[in-house]
Amino acid sequence: MENALQDAAPGQSRLKPLDGIKVEIAGQTSSGCGSTGGEGKASCGSSAGPDDMPAEIWDKVKNHPCYSEEAHHHFARMHVAVAPACNIQCNYCNRKYDCSNESRPGVVSQKLTPEQAVKKVLAVASEIPQMTVLGIAGPGDSLANPMKTFDTMRMLHETAPDIKLCISTNGLALPEQVDEICKYNIDHVTITINMVDPEVGAKIYPWIFWNHKRITGVEASRILHEQQMKGLEMLTERGVLTKINSVLIPGINDEHLIEVNREVKKRGAFLHNIMPLISEPEHGTVFGLTGQRGPSAQELKEVQDACMGGANLMRHCRQCRADAVGLLGEDRSDEFTLDKIEDMEIVYDLEKRRAYQEKVEAERVSQHQAKVDALAAALDLENVDPSMKVLVAVATEGHGKVNQHFGHATEFQIFEVSKDEALFVGHRRVDLYCQGGFGEDEQLPSIVNAINDCHAVLVAKIGACPRDELKAAGIEPVDEYAHEFIEKAALSWFNNYRQRIANGEIKHQARGDAAIRQGAFKAA
Amino acid sequence: MAYKIVGSQCTGCSACEPECPNQAIYEKNGVFFIKPEKCTECIGHFDEAQCVAACPVDNTCIIDTAYPRYEA
Repeated sequence: MENALQDAAPGQSRLKPLDGIKVEIAGQTSSGCGSTGGEGKASCGSSAGPDDMPAEIWDKVKNHPCYSEEAHHHFARMHVAVAPACNIQCNYCNRKYDCSNESRPGVVSQKLTPEQAVKKVLAVASEIPQMTVLGIAGPGDSLANPMKTFDTMRMLHETAPDIKLCISTNGLALPEQVDEICKYNIDHVTITINMVDPEVGAKIYPWIFWNHKRITGVEASRILHEQQMKGLEMLTERGVLTKINSVLIPGINDEHLIEVNREVKKRGAFLHNIMPLISEPEHGTVFGLTGQRGPSAQELKEVQDACMGGANLMRHCRQCRADAVGLLGEDRSDEFTLDKIEDMEIVYDLEKRRAYQEKVEAERVSQHQAKVDALAAALDLENVDPSMKVLVAVATEGHGKVNQHFGHATEFQIFEVSKDEALFVGHRRVDLYCQGGFGEDEQLPSIVNAINDCHAVLVAKIGACPRDELKAAGIEPVDEYAHEFIEKAALSWFNNYRQRIANGEIKHQARGDAAIRQGAFKAA
Repeated sequence: MAYKIVGSQCTGCSACEPECPNQAIYEKNGVFFIKPEKCTECIGHFDEAQCVAACPVDNTCIIDTAYPRYEA
């Protein structure tokens, strides 16, 4: 179907397949996420597989690292910074602050023209065959720069037809651009929606630029809200998959996001990504300067869990830079600066890319089987609570495996494990502990702080010193499952943990809260 | 008078450029400038100066007193 879309002449016969998708989306939203809803179900879009959604939808998301939690272990994305202008002001954004050592939305080292962007995409695609997704995510608003955004998309649509195109927007200019979005086969659109009540919005958005006027206060948020809802409805009608990004701002929209979740679900949003506010005084943002804090790991998880019933919730977002390149959680943008791609020989080999992607497909099948086997091995144990759930941290370099040395990890993936499930619930970024073979002792406490809510950390290898310190902090270091698939490793460790409780060897104890994000650094 | 852009403040985001009704704004080395002879302070076009309203950094598009007030 993908091919049918590409073969169609521009502007022609695209409506037909899209209409087909629309029907599926309608069916899907009404029943939550495809099949069964309810507590404990793997949230679709985040970790659902082919069994949980219609084939057409699965086809659209299976190789998209942002739309499928599973895919993010295998496929890479890139952003091109062609859209610097913005039409609104947010209190968590400061356009004057830009640091190449930092990784967070809105930050970018090099702005590109559409022509430069296309060249960069082709260079990356020929180097990294698992790069399947191209997004325009600012550093401003993609739709406040319609010429630059759509020029880029048009050229890519023609030269690299297998790459999925996405844009990210605040939604203010969305309704008037929906037709243009459909024209270039952009089938994933992310809208940042932080409120559905303009009174709440007034605390987040100081002004918008609208119809040649700067509008402030509640009125600004009322217009923004109306445009966002209208744009979302229009995209759903046309079968474009939508992801809603919401920034959790404690004290301003934390509980309100549950209402946002309800409203966007009602209008057919495919995925909801609730992410923590990033706020430091040195960023010079309004929130940074007023001391507005970001949420703790537990606060974030509480809101995410409250939005989970029947929702498609994304928990693997890395809040990456507007010019990031690579797998989520890594950034290879340094390898593809303008002067470097100038010297590169660019060969866009569609066959090579397909072959690689088939290999990944086979890997995913074995990963799924390993999980099924591990679940089958879970035992019913007397005197162990069958509903017990714990968090484990995992060090991974990708491919869905426990394959990273503790000291090399710049982030840990967090899985919530029960007898019946290993569910990806998030990630924690940490400073690199080990550089060139010896550990920096002073960084270890910050790692412990970041995974303090976990009972165990699964790694490929770990040195004696950090091992002892983790144990002292009550976190079990585990290297027995090195190079196994993550879910299988987590489930097997949990089975063993429960057995030790049953034997009276250890006692189960609850863990505390953890910090989400440690400082600012480049990795990811 | 005409408006001018404070170079040290300009982030080069380009938000002002397409909003100018007189095509008075141009880019050089990553930051934007206003040609004073083309600037009409948006008088006769809009209620407020478009560069000022669109600019994300306060006090970056300001009146340049070196030029006489524009008369429509």
